[in-house]
Amino acid sequence: MKNSIIAVKKLTKKFGDFTAVNNISFSVSKGEIFGFLGPNGAGKTTTIKMLTTLLLPTGGEVFLDGHDSVLEQNEVRKTFGIVIQDQSLDDELTAAENMEFHGVLYQVPAALRQQRAEELLRIVELWDRRDDLVKRFSGGMKRRLEIARGLLHHPKILFLDEPTLGLDPQTRYHIWNHILSLNQKADVTVFFTTHDMEEANRMASRITIIDRGKIIAQGTPSELKKKSKVKTLEEAFIKLTGKSLRDEDASDIDTMRQHKKMWRR
Amino acid sequence: MGPIYIMWLRQLKRYFRSRARMIGSLGQPVIFLLAFGFGFGRIYEKAGAGNYFQFLAPGVISMAVLFTALFSGIEIIWDRQFGFLKETLVAPVSRLNIMVGRTLGGATVAMFQGLIVLGISFLMGFRPNFQSILVSLLFMFLIAVLFTALGTAFASQINDMQSFPLIMNFLVMPLFFFSGAIFPLKEISPALTLAVSFNPLAYGVDGLRASFGGESFYGMGIDFLVLTFFCFFFLALGSYLFSKIQI
Repeated sequence: MKNSIIAVKKLTKKFGDFTAVNNISFSVSKGEIFGFLGPNGAGKTTTIKMLTTLLLPTGGEVFLDGHDSVLEQNEVRKTFGIVIQDQSLDDELTAAENMEFHGVLYQVPAALRQQRAEELLRIVELWDRRDDLVKRFSGGMKRRLEIARGLLHHPKILFLDEPTLGLDPQTRYHIWNHILSLNQKADVTVFFTTHDMEEANRMASRITIIDRGKIIAQGTPSELKKKSKVKTLEEAFIKLTGKSLRDEDASDIDTMRQHKKMWRR
Repeated sequence: MGPIYIMWLRQLKRYFRSRARMIGSLGQPVIFLLAFGFGFGRIYEKAGAGNYFQFLAPGVISMAVLFTALFSGIEIIWDRQFGFLKETLVAPVSRLNIMVGRTLGGATVAMFQGLIVLGISFLMGFRPNFQSILVSLLFMFLIAVLFTALGTAFASQINDMQSFPLIMNFLVMPLFFFSGAIFPLKEISPALTLAVSFNPLAYGVDGLRASFGGESFYGMGIDFLVLTFFCFFFLALGSYLFSKIQI
């Protein structure tokens, strides 16, 4: 495990009686683009939360760049950047202010901060809207801003939870190009989840599939296809995880929006 | 320093951008000044206790600081629900610094709100002694920090807005009404005196009133010491609970 920048050992998370993540182990080598796939409710986001110190594991260990994610949280937080699945912008700040806020929190030097912010906002085509409040943005624009923000600092590990969900092909193309160049030039390890099997097939150097809290397959995209004796990763995925539909608990953000309206009147 | 400053700046920007909230939260203090100040004023004077408006204004200023401070702390619930909290929680900054920046931001906003109410009450006839204005500002600052930290401590333990009315009715209202903000503490029943002595705001109101030239119940030195103690206590508690947040 010498070169593994992410090492997960027997990781488990229980919520009451429900086991969301069940004794999983895997490792990711430095410089890899690692695809973490699974149906809804399989435990992907819970795993990412435990890897990024947002949630304490019930059992098992996580090491990021050699640091224990429970005992050395501050050290661990210095190693990664993350683009979260749900919204995590401050919508009463402008796009530029959200970028600036992130840059200061991650201690990117001022000059570099501005240069990268401009470059990234241009990539996601929000440069012209940089001084608008985020609450005036559409869902897609928020998503783009969030990705731009996540790439503002260059961490050792970049977690992307369904980064390109709902984006048009052009934006996807530019964003992935940028991620790939970070991966090659700055040796950033990328850990991403997606439901787009084509994207996973094209981008991931290695894939792990999780279902019902357990890892059910690991390998390169071509190995997975070969093992399942099918032509596409999509077919392999269906074969491995079955055809039944999965339920995911609805997030309570919608109910919250209602409350917020009520309270602010 | 950068992260503390940016957290502070964020609170200020949010406050100054939502004018509606700013003006809306002035409604309550103004109503208290009008209804109590002018409603009870005459009876108070007849009882030989002096000018009620002079007595009431520091209490209502404290109330404005209390409300704004607590709500700034409680805003964490919103940040949690709208995701922004995650952005700050995964950052490579110690949670203590995040909490400190946030608390200072909330406290600054609350003091600003208190100063506006001071201005309004001045227009309505409040004539304080401005010679020790720095002491008055110090008391306002302590009240502001204390209750922002208390709000943070509460909000760290709460996952949804359903508990919000609970905080309102069982925390904010008792804190205000049992603080000596609207009635003098001398000559009240011993049980009530005892209850009030556990209320940190009572010392804030008393100290602020004294600094404006009014009569003090506990003595300004005691006010300062007790308030400072509560301030550090809730800062420590808030930081601890904030550092334990999981999402």
